Amino acid sequence: MSLRVSDLRVHYQTLKGEVKALDGVSFEVGDGEILGLAGESGCGKTTLGKSLIRMDGRMRHIGGEVELDGEVMPIGDDRPGMKQRMVMVISTLLDPSLLIADEVTSALDVSTQKAVARALAGFRDNGVVKSMIFITHDISLTYQIADTIMIMYAGKVAERAPAKVIVEAPRHPYTKLLIDSLPEVGVRHADRKLAGIPGGPPSLLDPPTGCRFRDRCPLAYDRCAEEPPAVEIEPNHVVACWKA
Amino acid sequence: MLRLDNVTKVYKVGAFGGGSLTAVGGVSFDVRQGEVVSLIGESGSGKSTLGRMILGLTPATSGSITLDGVPVKPGKAYYRDVQGVFQDPFSTFNPVFKADRVFRMIKEAYFPGVPEAEWTGRVRSSLEDVRLNPDQILGKFPHQLSGGQLQRLLIARALLLDIKLLVADEITSMLDASTRIDVLNLLAELKARGLGVLYITHDLSLGTYLAERTVVLRSGAVVEMGLTEKVFSRPLHPYTRQLLAAVPRLREPWQDAEPVESCPYHDSGATGGLLEEEKDHFVACARLPECAGRP
Amino acid sequence: MTAPPQDVPARETAAPPSIRREALYFAVRNTKLVIGAAIVLAFLALGLAGPLLTAAEPNAYVGLPMQPPSGEYWFGTTTFGQDVFAQFVYGLRTTFLVGVLGGGVAAVVGMLVGFVAGYRGGLVDEILNMLTNIVLVLPALAVLLIINAYLGIRSVGAQALFIGLTSWPWAARAIRAQTFSLRTRDFVDLARLSGANTWKIITREIAPNMSSYLFMTFILLFGGSILIASSLDFIGLGPTEGVSLGLMLQNASQWSAMQLGLWWWFIPPGAGITAVVGALYVANVGLDEVFNPKLRET
Repeated sequence: MSLRVSDLRVHYQTLKGEVKALDGVSFEVGDGEILGLAGESGCGKTTLGKSLIRMDGRMRHIGGEVELDGEVMPIGDDRPGMKQRMVMVISTLLDPSLLIADEVTSALDVSTQKAVARALAGFRDNGVVKSMIFITHDISLTYQIADTIMIMYAGKVAERAPAKVIVEAPRHPYTKLLIDSLPEVGVRHADRKLAGIPGGPPSLLDPPTGCRFRDRCPLAYDRCAEEPPAVEIEPNHVVACWKA
Repeated sequence: MLRLDNVTKVYKVGAFGGGSLTAVGGVSFDVRQGEVVSLIGESGSGKSTLGRMILGLTPATSGSITLDGVPVKPGKAYYRDVQGVFQDPFSTFNPVFKADRVFRMIKEAYFPGVPEAEWTGRVRSSLEDVRLNPDQILGKFPHQLSGGQLQRLLIARALLLDIKLLVADEITSMLDASTRIDVLNLLAELKARGLGVLYITHDLSLGTYLAERTVVLRSGAVVEMGLTEKVFSRPLHPYTRQLLAAVPRLREPWQDAEPVESCPYHDSGATGGLLEEEKDHFVACARLPECAGRP
Repeated sequence: MTAPPQDVPARETAAPPSIRREALYFAVRNTKLVIGAAIVLAFLALGLAGPLLTAAEPNAYVGLPMQPPSGEYWFGTTTFGQDVFAQFVYGLRTTFLVGVLGGGVAAVVGMLVGFVAGYRGGLVDEILNMLTNIVLVLPALAVLLIINAYLGIRSVGAQALFIGLTSWPWAARAIRAQTFSLRTRDFVDLARLSGANTWKIITREIAPNMSSYLFMTFILLFGGSILIASSLDFIGLGPTEGVSLGLMLQNASQWSAMQLGLWWWFIPPGAGITAVVGALYVANVGLDEVFNPKLRET
C-alpha cells in the first residue's frame, strides 16, 4: 500500500470563520495506481492535494492521519522529509513514491493536454513514480488515465470506484447527475437536451448535518438527514449514500 | 446577418513597431439569424481576436465585418444590436460595485426615459428569462454570486437591449460542469428566439452540442468549416482530426490520430482559400484531391 | 485556453460585503494611520481655532520685543515684539492652504495626464509622456527664480499654483501605470459595450478601482507641497504678503534668532512643518497597509 489517508480533516482560516474544506476523508492509493480526484470548485480536492504536500499558512490540521509506504506522516506546517517523497513538480532524481498533479493540464490546449496526461501515465508505467493522484475538474480527462476515480463533494468523498465503473455504472446520485451533465462530442442540443444540477454546494463555513448533497438530490428522503457512511458496496467501490 | 470578409488583424510588435504578427489572416464566414456558429480554436488561433473585432473592441487591419450589410462601427447604435459575454465572469464585473450595476449602465445609455418602476420590471423579467431569481441577485456584489449566476446575469443584460447577435467568448470555461450545461442550454434558447450566437470555444464537445455550423480556426486561418454534423462526422482537415482525437471523452479511450505533420500540404503555404468538398462543408487544403490524409 | 476553476474556497475568503467597510475596519485598527491622522488633524484644528484664542494680529507689534514664552505670549515675541503664537496659528492656516491647493492642483493635473495617457495609449500616450518627462526634469527652483524675477509671486494662491504645476509628473506616471493595467480588464470592455465613452470609463470604471491609490497620491502631494512651500518661503521666494511657517523661519533666520538665543521664534514653525509632513507620511504608510492586504499586520 502506497498511501493511506484516514479521516483527514483540514480547515481553512478565513475572516468569516473556519471553512471545513476537508471533513473526514479516507482512501488508499495502491502501488502503481493512478487515483483521479475529481469534483467541482470548492469540493476540497485542491485542499486535499495541498495537505498531502505542505499546508499553507491558512490551513489547519484538525484530525486524521496520512500513512505513506507504511510510515505515518506528521501533518504540520513544514515537513522537509515529506517534500522529498512527494513533489508537485516532477523530478525523477527525487524518485518520488507519490506524485500529486493538481490541475496540471487545465490551462493547456487539447492536443498538449493529451500529451501531458499521457506523459504522466508514462511516469507510472515505467516506474519513475510509484503512484499518482491526478486532480482535475474534468472527468473525461481523468477517465483517460486514472485507474480509480474519486468524486468529492463539499469536503467529503461521495464515491470512489474504478474509472470504468464511475463512468458507466455510478451509484451516487451526484456522480450520476454530474456525468449526465457532460456534453460529449456528437451530442447535440436538438437531439438530446442535457441538464445541469440545480442549486449549488452548501457553504463549508457551517455545513449542514446529514448528506451534504441532500438539497440538490432528486432521491433525497428522510434518512438523508443522517450522514450516510462510506460503504464498500462491491470490491473497490465505495459510496456514501443511503440509496446506493 | 453578420458577415466577415477576408478579415485580417496584424499586430505591430518589437521595438518601434518594427516587426509584425498576424493574429488573424483572411478569415471569412457568416452568422445567420437564429443560428449558433461555434468558432473552435486553440490558444493562439486568433479566435478571441476575431470576437473582439466583431464587438468593435479592436479594429481589424483589413477586410470587412458587416452586420446586415452595414460595416461595424463601435458605438451606442451598434451595441444595441451586438453584445458580448466574456470568459471570466469575475473580471467582467467591476469589483467595487454591485453586480446589478450592469443593468443601470444599460438604462443610462439606452433607456434614460423609461420610468424607474417599469425598468425594474424589465430587469426582473429579463433575469427570470435566464432562470435567475431576481431577489437572490439584485443588490449583491459580484463575489457574492457564483460564476454561473454572473454569466447568466450578463446574458440577461444583453437581452435588455433586444440584440441580434451575441458573441460568447469561452463563457463556460470557468464554470463547473453541473452549471455549465445550463448556460449552454440558455444559448440554445436565445437561438430559438431568433438571435444569432457566435460561440467561441476551445472545447469541441461544447461546440458541437450547440452549433448548427462550426468554424475550425488554426493560427489565424480557417482550416475547415461547415455544418456541424458534417465537420464532425467526416473531418477532412488533418488538424480537425487531430483535435477530435485529442478531446478526452467519456466511455472511449484516446485514439491516436496521425499528427498534422503527416499531411504533406498542411504547411505548404497554400492559400487557395476554402474548397467546398461537399455541400456546406469547406476545407482549406489546396491540394485536397491528392491529400494523403484524406479519409 | 481554460483556467482551472478555483478549488480554494474563494467565496468564503473574499472581501466582506463592503470594500469600504472593510477598509474602515482595518483603518481604525491601524496605529500608524490613527497616530498620523490625529497629529495632522490636531494641527489643522489649531490652525482653524487658533486665531480665536489670540486677539493679536500676526504681524502687529503687540508687545515688548524678544520676550520668552509667558502666560501672555504663549510662544514669546519676535525681535519686533510680534506675537509668535499668533504668527504660528495663522502660519498653519497658510501651510494647510498651500498643501490643499498645491496638492490639489498637482493631483488634478497628474490624474488627467495619467488617466488619459494610460487609457488612450499610442500617440496620445507618447506625447503626454514626453510632457511629463520635460516637467519632471525641469529645475523647478531655477524656473521659480525667473518667474519671480519677472512676475513676482506675491500671493499664497500663486505659490500653490506654481507648486501644483511643477510637482504632478510622478503622480501622472504612477497613475498611468495603474490605468494601463486596469484598462485591459474585462469590465472596461463591458462598459464600452454599454455605450460608455472614454471620460465615463475613466471616471466611473477605472478611477473607483484605484480610489485608495488616488487618495494616497493626494496625501503625498499634499505633504510635498507643504515642504516645497516652506523651502521657497525660507529662501525668500515666498509670498510677500501674509504669514506662513516658512516665512517665520526665514524671518527668524534673517534676524539672527539663533544667535540671539530666541529659540521660541524658530522652533515652533520648524517643529510644526516637520510634524505635519512627518505625520502625513506615517499616515500614508498606514493607509498603504489598510488598502494592501498583504501588508496588513495581524
